[in-house]
Amino acid sequence: MNKIENEMPILRVENYSKHFELHEQHKLIPSSENVNLEVYPGQLTALIGPTGAGKSTVLKGIYRTYLPSSGRLLFRTKDNVEVNLAQADEHLILELRKNEIGFVTQFLHALPRQSTEDVVAQPLVQRGMDKMQARDLAREMLSDMNLPEALWGISPATFSGGEKQRVNLARGLVSRPRLLLLDEPTASLDPNTTEKIITLIEKLKEDGIAMLAIFHHPELVKRMADKVVQLESPIATEKLLKEIA
Amino acid sequence: MDKVLEVKQLSKVYGSGCPSCFELTGPEHNTNICPQCGSVIAAHNVSFDLYKGEILGIMGESGSGKSTAVKCLYFDQPPTAGNAIFYDEDEKYDLFEMNAAQQRQLANKRFGMVYQNPHLGLNFDISAGGNIAERLLMSDVLNYSDIRARATNLLTRTEVLSERMDELPKNFSGGMQQRVQIAKALATNPPLLFLDEVTTGLDLSVQAAILDLILEIQQEQGTAMIVVTHDLGVIRLLAGRTLVMKYGRVIESGLTDQILEDPQHAYTQRLVASAL
Amino acid sequence: MSASNHFGFLDEYAKKEIRRTVLKAVAIPGYQVPYSSREMPMGRGFGTGGLQLTLSLLGKGETLKVIDQGSDDSVNAVNLRSFIETTCPGVNTTTRTDEADVIQSRHRIPEINLREDQLIILQVPYPDPLIVVEASENKRKILHGEADYSRLLVKLYEDIVKFDEITISHRYPTRINNHYVIDPSPIPRWDVPKLHNSPALILLGAGREKKIYAVPPYTKAEPLAFEDVPFRVEDFTDENGQRRNCQQCGCTTSYLDEFVDSNTGKKVYQCSDADWCSEYTVSQSEISEIDNITDNAEVVNG
Repeated sequence: MNKIENEMPILRVENYSKHFELHEQHKLIPSSENVNLEVYPGQLTALIGPTGAGKSTVLKGIYRTYLPSSGRLLFRTKDNVEVNLAQADEHLILELRKNEIGFVTQFLHALPRQSTEDVVAQPLVQRGMDKMQARDLAREMLSDMNLPEALWGISPATFSGGEKQRVNLARGLVSRPRLLLLDEPTASLDPNTTEKIITLIEKLKEDGIAMLAIFHHPELVKRMADKVVQLESPIATEKLLKEIA
Repeated sequence: MDKVLEVKQLSKVYGSGCPSCFELTGPEHNTNICPQCGSVIAAHNVSFDLYKGEILGIMGESGSGKSTAVKCLYFDQPPTAGNAIFYDEDEKYDLFEMNAAQQRQLANKRFGMVYQNPHLGLNFDISAGGNIAERLLMSDVLNYSDIRARATNLLTRTEVLSERMDELPKNFSGGMQQRVQIAKALATNPPLLFLDEVTTGLDLSVQAAILDLILEIQQEQGTAMIVVTHDLGVIRLLAGRTLVMKYGRVIESGLTDQILEDPQHAYTQRLVASAL
Repeated sequence: MSASNHFGFLDEYAKKEIRRTVLKAVAIPGYQVPYSSREMPMGRGFGTGGLQLTLSLLGKGETLKVIDQGSDDSVNAVNLRSFIETTCPGVNTTTRTDEADVIQSRHRIPEINLREDQLIILQVPYPDPLIVVEASENKRKILHGEADYSRLLVKLYEDIVKFDEITISHRYPTRINNHYVIDPSPIPRWDVPKLHNSPALILLGAGREKKIYAVPPYTKAEPLAFEDVPFRVEDFTDENGQRRNCQQCGCTTSYLDEFVDSNTGKKVYQCSDADWCSEYTVSQSEISEIDNITDNAEVVNG
């Protein structure tokens, strides 16, 4: 499953570290330490490692939900400019999130009254696509996810975990970002739907979309990952802030 | 990306002020009242940029000064220091250098403001439709049927029954009064909207509906907004970027999800941790 | 009542100040110019503002007409005229509009077109049309300065919503020269169009409120309205669609007052402008005389 690697990587992570400084408790909590990796278009790179190794932290650092403590996160934009996401201007990050970098997390944040199909269509609408067209694409994606049509017109607020996850995935995949970050995308799904996701992911790869993913199951890693990056738990343990100062 | 607003070092002091005011107040001193002269430093050195179609959140507890910047930008209060530039199509407006008449004209035509207290934003002596008509009349729309149509349109959009458009606001529930305010604020299709604690005090279901409405409007019209609130849920839902204020200073600013999940400042951490 | 030593009762300083105020008012059409309104030997609310203007502007040898609601004979008109006659020796008075140099009037503008050499002075109770929407004078001044009359227009809007038309009958807000909106005093809507492009200078004086304002000659005066709900004057058509006429003179083009005939108990209509009515009656009888003569002439010839 190896793709030709003469293409430039879309993302280069160099010495990324993240720790959390909790002022009230006077604690410094390390999360990721010295992570190095590359992600290529059309490939899926999987992050593996024990719990606490900081896998989610890497994804969140790239998406800028976490502020990297050190290191560089070099992203190649569609204009072929390399941007260090760790230091980029907030507006640029917002633009990239809108157009180029997607993140499928384990949580679904939706407007209280938005229908499922509108939730999924939203990233497309935000990019300026016509609402009707966006809805059509959303519906296609939802049917790919095996989500019953009866649910499309109602808000996902009352859905089960698995249903919510499917909505999440549909939303993340429909906008086809150049780089897609996936945090345990199939965790609450039945085998049938999981198979569909795998097919979809392969299709995305064919279209040149790069993915960095965390899977809960080693089998999935074997089936979908073109590359694997092993993370270790940080060597440094929790320290009291006053020791660092 | 087009810039809509550029605010630099906005300060507002109530009282005589003295040279030590700024040194002796702020989050490190746990006060916004100057111990020397008793002036209130409602805001100091507030700076931010706002882009087209963006929602900026200003979050803080009571006394943080979060409403102060907005009050100055909407010309309800003059600032003590600082400047603000508003970019509108090809024009550039230096907001605090304009005279009162120019400010009023600009605010009428290009800004919208929704207050927490509907009595500040609505005229309770005239009907809901009349409130919207007033805004349109200030912008020289002088055709009765056009005004009527637009008012109906806006009220329908903000989910106020058009049959009630000729009623006085005092007959409406709090949530509906807020909707009328929003309709009024949108009457002139402003590129910049200020929302000051607009859902505070409303029932949760009503809150949800109004927040929904605000986001839909942002998506449809690409309106840039500044949302002032103490509610983290509102911030999370609406704002792409957020400023956190305490005792008149901006103590942290960043992408909303980053502020909520990876707060850097001790106060922000405490604030986020206290959210129910 | 003994006359004071000054011609026109007011001392020269008072008259000078009023004249200066008038100049300013004419120079800024529609702007309410404040002045120190003097105490007059009659109560406020009886036309002291109009009176002060007349006394300051009327000269020896000139002719004055004073009317109240179109009538020369009402108590107020009579009192004012008598006061002016006493304090301005050498001034003539008349009931004929076309003979007057100065006309002081309460609540009406004469039917006949005024000339450039005439001056009309209207008595005003409340000069500021914005008083119904804003209590603070300071804020009203700012609104006038910025020509922000939206709150007034909202009142008109609310009227149309409730009654399908603008229901203001007297004191119809009118915009002068594209800026200031004035209260034209309690003249009926019928008279408002006369403000526009008038050959005569129109002055308005409010004694109690201490303001003088003006509509200069040949100046634009537009009653506030909407593009699609235009200004309308009073409609004197009856149930059958016929335009009512004056029971006295038969005129069908003047503003009519409505009375109840004490004998029959029925509604009757009569010209509000007394001078107009008598002139019309005279000219009608002249026309019928001419008709009679020509009829006779035909008989003679035929």
